[in-house]
Amino acid sequence: MVAMTQLPPLPGLGFKPEHFAAIRAARAPVGFFEVHAENYMGAGGLPHAQLSALRADYALSIHGVGLSIGGQRGLSVDHLQRLRRLCDRYEPESFSEHLAWSSHGADYLNDLLPLPYTPETLDLVCDHVDQVQEALGRRMLLENPATYVLFEQSSIPETEFLTEIARRTGCGLLLDVNNVFVSCTNHRTDAYGYLAAFPLDLVGEIHLGGHDAEDLPSGPLLIDSHGRAVADPVWQLYAHVIGRAGPLPSLVEWDNDLPDWAILASEAERAGAILAAGGAHGRAVA
Amino acid sequence: MAVLSHDTFLTGFDGGLRGGPLPPGVTARIPAEAARRFDVYRNNVAVSLTEALASRFPVIRRLVGDEFFRAMARVFAEAHRPQSPVLAEWGDSFPDFLAGFPPLANWPYMADVARIEYARGVAFHAADAEPLDPQLLTGADPETLILHLHPSLQVLASDHAAVSIWQQNQPGAQASPLPAAPETALILRDRAHEVPVHSIGPGDVAMLAAIQSGATLVASAEAGLAADPAHQAQALLVHLMQAGAIVMRRGHLP
Repeated sequence: MVAMTQLPPLPGLGFKPEHFAAIRAARAPVGFFEVHAENYMGAGGLPHAQLSALRADYALSIHGVGLSIGGQRGLSVDHLQRLRRLCDRYEPESFSEHLAWSSHGADYLNDLLPLPYTPETLDLVCDHVDQVQEALGRRMLLENPATYVLFEQSSIPETEFLTEIARRTGCGLLLDVNNVFVSCTNHRTDAYGYLAAFPLDLVGEIHLGGHDAEDLPSGPLLIDSHGRAVADPVWQLYAHVIGRAGPLPSLVEWDNDLPDWAILASEAERAGAILAAGGAHGRAVA
Repeated sequence: MAVLSHDTFLTGFDGGLRGGPLPPGVTARIPAEAARRFDVYRNNVAVSLTEALASRFPVIRRLVGDEFFRAMARVFAEAHRPQSPVLAEWGDSFPDFLAGFPPLANWPYMADVARIEYARGVAFHAADAEPLDPQLLTGADPETLILHLHPSLQVLASDHAAVSIWQQNQPGAQASPLPAAPETALILRDRAHEVPVHSIGPGDVAMLAAIQSGATLVASAEAGLAADPAHQAQALLVHLMQAGAIVMRRGHLP
């Protein structure tokens, strides 16, 4: 497997075409941009023109949402080939996907759906991660999900499940701190306890994003909506992670109800300030 | 609980997404809340597909209104789920769905407007091709010259004034009386990567078809004249050149 180049331990932003002109007008306060792989699988035109221009100036993370790694056995060979072509074309510093499923049969459901954590699904996900890494010829990062339900059949804690996948396949992990906060709030568990069990030494990238909230009789139900600013408790969790692990590439995701570029850039600057403070401590001290 | 194979789990969960019972094993810290929580997934799938369709067919949404579009999109998405994670490829069956959707029976132009919108998406993502340097044309012999058109170029005939309807439903466009005659759309990605839609006459249609079939420039212009004795081949060529739609064929100079 090709040795993985690294994203810089700096803030990053999800790239949206609406912001292209602003990004070109002045150097963005980021070390990298991230794009969703499936938005760049057409043959040509504006998406590739913009991504080529961006890629020339910034490090790049390609983030897949359509592989359905937690789905039925056998990933789509067509989709893996398209990913391979995309990675070959842009040579991103990172490729990542989700611990989730999004296809059933031939149908694509366009959502990141949850799976039970069992010995069977552990074997399945490991086989799929192996398949991805072999097809792409590179190490991938696997992201922890935001979930709204639990499964009676789950027998392995999520942190242990992810650690074991990384151990068996050699993949890295993408730690979505907002997802940790959303899931732990939803399941009435402690986010700091989750992070204490999370193998931070395997984390190649952090995600931050905004969430929405609904009310249930037992308390809040948080929805991973990516449609607003990162919430304060998520920033606190993030600062805790950086304090322990040292600076890591840190992406702010904002996919819906897009704000002006200045607001997005200020979110990246907020992450940058925490990274700078974390750099004073660093991994060696943590 | 009894061991549930992953395939059985996925089928049960998907059944729940489609409105079936709560899948076996789905629970929550307070189990009575499981159904309400599962609804988040059901809603996410429906809303995300509706939004994907709306972004692909903005004029249809404008014509039928948000509420109607949302309801219709749910019906469509349930019957025609995407077959690939590349959502730009989704919606090719939407025009035919509209043509057969009983509540739209009195709006027969709807399907053709949707065909224009789908074709624009195809054009937006079509392969790149380098525009031909006009200098290369000046010395060429039109009797033998064969032109190559940009891969994004599409011609769509309608039985309705579908092009005018599309144009009048662009942001900021003014409404004006619709032409009575049917229209044919020329859809083409320009040098700025935009995809305008133009109405073209029978001469343009015939000349473009001839060029695309590999006829020489002279033969293509004659095909245009045969379809419309007043056809201006020069005007079409100027339009194509300005849009960058006459392109280099790989490894070939005229």
